[in-house]
This record gives sequence, C-alpha cells and structure tokens, in this order.
Amino acid sequence: MRLFLHELRNQQRLFWRNRESAVFVFVFPPMLFLLLGAVYTGESEGFKLADHLLVGLIGYGCANTAFAGLAITLVIRRESGVLKRIRATPLPTVTYLAAVLFSTLWIFILQTLVTIALGLTLYDARGPDNWLGMIPAVLLGVACFAGMGFGITALIRSAEGASAVVNLIVLPMAFLSGSFGPTRKYPEVLRWLADLLPLTYLIRLLKDVYLRGGSFFGHPKEIAILLAWGLLGVIIAWRRFGWEPREQ
Amino acid sequence: MSTAPALAVHELRKSYGETEAVAGITFTVEQGEVFGLLGPNGAGKTTTVEILEGYRKRDGGDVTVLGVDPEHGGSALRERIGVVLQASDLPPSLTVREVHRMFAGYYDRPRDVDEVITLVGLEEKSGSRVKTLSGGQKRRLDLGVALVGDPELLFLDEPTTGFDPAARRTAWELVRSLRALGKTILLTTHYLDEAQQLADRVAVIRDGRIVKQGSPAELIGVAPKVEIRYREGGHDVVVETDEPTRLLAELTARAVAEGRELDSLEVVRPSLEDVYLDLIGNGAGES
Repeated sequence: MRLFLHELRNQQRLFWRNRESAVFVFVFPPMLFLLLGAVYTGESEGFKLADHLLVGLIGYGCANTAFAGLAITLVIRRESGVLKRIRATPLPTVTYLAAVLFSTLWIFILQTLVTIALGLTLYDARGPDNWLGMIPAVLLGVACFAGMGFGITALIRSAEGASAVVNLIVLPMAFLSGSFGPTRKYPEVLRWLADLLPLTYLIRLLKDVYLRGGSFFGHPKEIAILLAWGLLGVIIAWRRFGWEPREQ
Repeated sequence: MSTAPALAVHELRKSYGETEAVAGITFTVEQGEVFGLLGPNGAGKTTTVEILEGYRKRDGGDVTVLGVDPEHGGSALRERIGVVLQASDLPPSLTVREVHRMFAGYYDRPRDVDEVITLVGLEEKSGSRVKTLSGGQKRRLDLGVALVGDPELLFLDEPTTGFDPAARRTAWELVRSLRALGKTILLTTHYLDEAQQLADRVAVIRDGRIVKQGSPAELIGVAPKVEIRYREGGHDVVVETDEPTRLLAELTARAVAEGRELDSLEVVRPSLEDVYLDLIGNGAGES
C-alpha cells in the first residue's frame, strides 16, 4: 500500500508536470464543451442540447483520458526506456499498473467535475439526476477504455505514431457515438457503425443515469458490451504488452 | 556475509531465432570484485547482462545472482541490485532530486537521496529538470538512480560510451569509489583501457563466447606476435613471428650473404589495442 501510494503520487506528478499531456488530456474535453455549448441551442428528446453535449463530452473525456492519454503516455514511456528501467526496481508490475489506472481515474473524475461545473454555471445545464449512479458508470467507463488503452499500447510500435493512431480512433468514434451532439439525424449507415462502438453504450448509459435519473444496473446490455471491449483490450495487452522499446 | 560468489554463470546460452547471441559463457564474480565484460558491439555482452538483470530468459546454462536465479528472483532480488542500462531515459519533466526520490521510494532501505546526488556529482543540478541535463549528466543521473536503493551488486552496461575524455575520467573515479565501498560491479565496455583501468578481472567476449579471461595484466601478457616488414623486389613483405630475434638474424644473414639490402626493414611490436583486436578477431566489430 505504501508503494501504491508512492507510485500514485509519482503518476500524478508526472501527469501534471507534462504540460502537453495535461492540456490535451485534461483541458481538451471541457474546452470542447465550452466551445460547442456556445453555439448549440435548442432541444432534443426533451432535453436541452447543452445537456446532451455535457454528457456526450463526459463520454468523450473518458475515451480521451483513459484510452488515448493512457496509451500515448505508456508508449512514450516504453519507447524511451522508462518502463524498462522501472522493471529493474523492486516495484511490482501490478502495483505500477494499478497506480497508472487510479491516476487516470482521478484525472477523469476531476475533469468530469469541471465539465459539470461549466455546464451548470455557463449553459444552465442540468446536474446529474442520479449522483450515486454516476459513480459506477464512471468506474465502468474508465475500466473499459483503460483496458482498451493497455491493448492499443501493445499494438503501437513507435512513440511518433502513438498520438496519430489513437486520435484516428477516438475522434471518429466520439463523433459517431454522439459526443458532439445527438445522432438521431445521422445517416443510417453511420448510426449502424455507431452501434459497434463502446462509446455509444457508455454515452447511452451516462445519459440515462445523468439526465433521466435511471439506475446504473438497469442497463445490463450496455454494461456487458463495455466490459467486453475492456476485456478485449486486456487480452491483447496480456499477450502482446512489452516493457522494452520496440525499435531496437 | 557469506563468501559465495556474487555472480555465477555456467555455460549460459541464448539465441534470437537463428542467431546464437550467447554461446556457452562461464564466469564467476566474487563479492566486492569489479568484473569487466570486454568486447565489440554485438558480441553478446548486453544479452548476458540482461539475463543476469532478469530481463531475459536464458535458453540454457545455470545462472545465480547473489545466490538466486534471476528469472525467479522477483522484488527481493531487485532490492539488492542496481542497474544502469545502455539506453534508457528517465522522466524528462522531473527534477534530478524528484527522480531520485521517485526511485528511492521503490526500495525498503534506500540511501539518503541528497547523499547519492552528491556522490554522483549532481548536487548543483538537483533542482534542474532532467531534460535540461547534458549527456554526461544524464549518465550520472542513471548511476545515481541505480545507487539510490543501496545495492550490493551493480550492473553497468557501457557506462561511458559517448563520453568525452574528461567525463570518462570522472566516471572512472566514481566506479573506483564504488569499489572502495565494497560494491560488486559487473561492467561491460568496448574500451580496452576502461576495462584495464577499472576491472579486477576481465573476460574478453566475441561472438557469444569468452575468448580470454584474467586480470588485465594477464591479458596484456598474452604473447603478441611481432611483425617484421621489409621491401624485396618491389614487394612489401610482412612476416609474423613469435621469435623475432631468430627470424631477424636469419633474414639479415641471408641478405648480407647474398649482398642484398632489405629495404625499409622494421620490427613492429603490437600495441595493447592490437592484442585486443587480435583476440576479438581483427577488429571484426569496428564501431
């Protein structure tokens, strides 16, 4: 436990100290909310567009933080030899990965609170209808996307390519899954594609819990699909994850 | 303290696909000893060291590190060893002191962080970010981080490659001071003079095998062949011999008898560098 807390502090220091990643991971989703919220007006499905946007961008923030940010960080650490160096210390692998995961979770929770605060103060958006239900939803989202983040880390070969690869995945996924606004007017083929993506189910789950006060456990299908995606990532990571630079 | 060797390697083998990187290496390193693995790039030095550090699985042979098989040593073994890798960065956005603190926290009984920073000569840089350090300073940081867990055994993989001469001297002084502290050190290098300066014993390694092992003095004592060179009939003649006196007497006697002059006659005794190049196969691994 001492080691875990020590490493959690290290992870937090490393995250906030690195301006680029702090801006990209932490500031970007609330900033998008700020910008899009300023131009979207009107209603959909009985809620203001600002409400839809708020929840959609919490979902995007989850994918951006736990999947994209995590993968970029881990690939850079692997390619620069930091991971290899840490492997030579007594710090157990499990402790290291747990600290990385909880550090990511903490960043995402802070980001979500900032986004909600912006919505409440600037766009007169709703607060969460079911605060308690938000907790397992956030945990599940981070677990799913972090699992995929570990998986994609194992597949990316170079530090230079990492950010391109993950953004090529995250941005279209966020668009299709409704992070940037309701998708009911999207062409059918896009909505069909969206049904394959994990973020669609996370946003659906979050919308029900956040906007309608629905119960988290009333969504076994969404929970199952998110867990399956996370598990897929973990399986890939289990088989392919490396601690040493690929390019040697 | 037991008197068991710090490192015992017997018939170690490791292949990558078709290539046999390590082809049966045997050596032991006693506690408190500085042992040098000397050889060109690609000779198998790093593979050997990384097996001992626990990074790679061996294909054959027996290895013990501080009495433990490194494949199964786990955290308990890693408490007792320090590692300087050939190429690895440390978090660029942290300061020198923060990096030391970060690593110190991984060990049960770390050394005092400021003491270690002073030991590696970075006290003036302790508040500087890692990314602002020079190459030599980064290497010293690597060493500091390797020492912060107060290891009994230290692996230094080419610790001075890329250093300017002054920085190498400083690094050598540092290794000597570690030796004086009673640390066991396994050092790899492709510089003959470095092995000579630092190591109590040296193994010269080539193509995954040890071709010569002994103290630096013994290595240099390997009787080098002497070359006799001269020009005859417009051609350069080079003769290698273990008995230069006798051969030279014969050559000159014959030439005098025939009334010839041996043009550009010279006797060349090989340098230390030549001895080493001869051992590793005529500079097979230049670079």
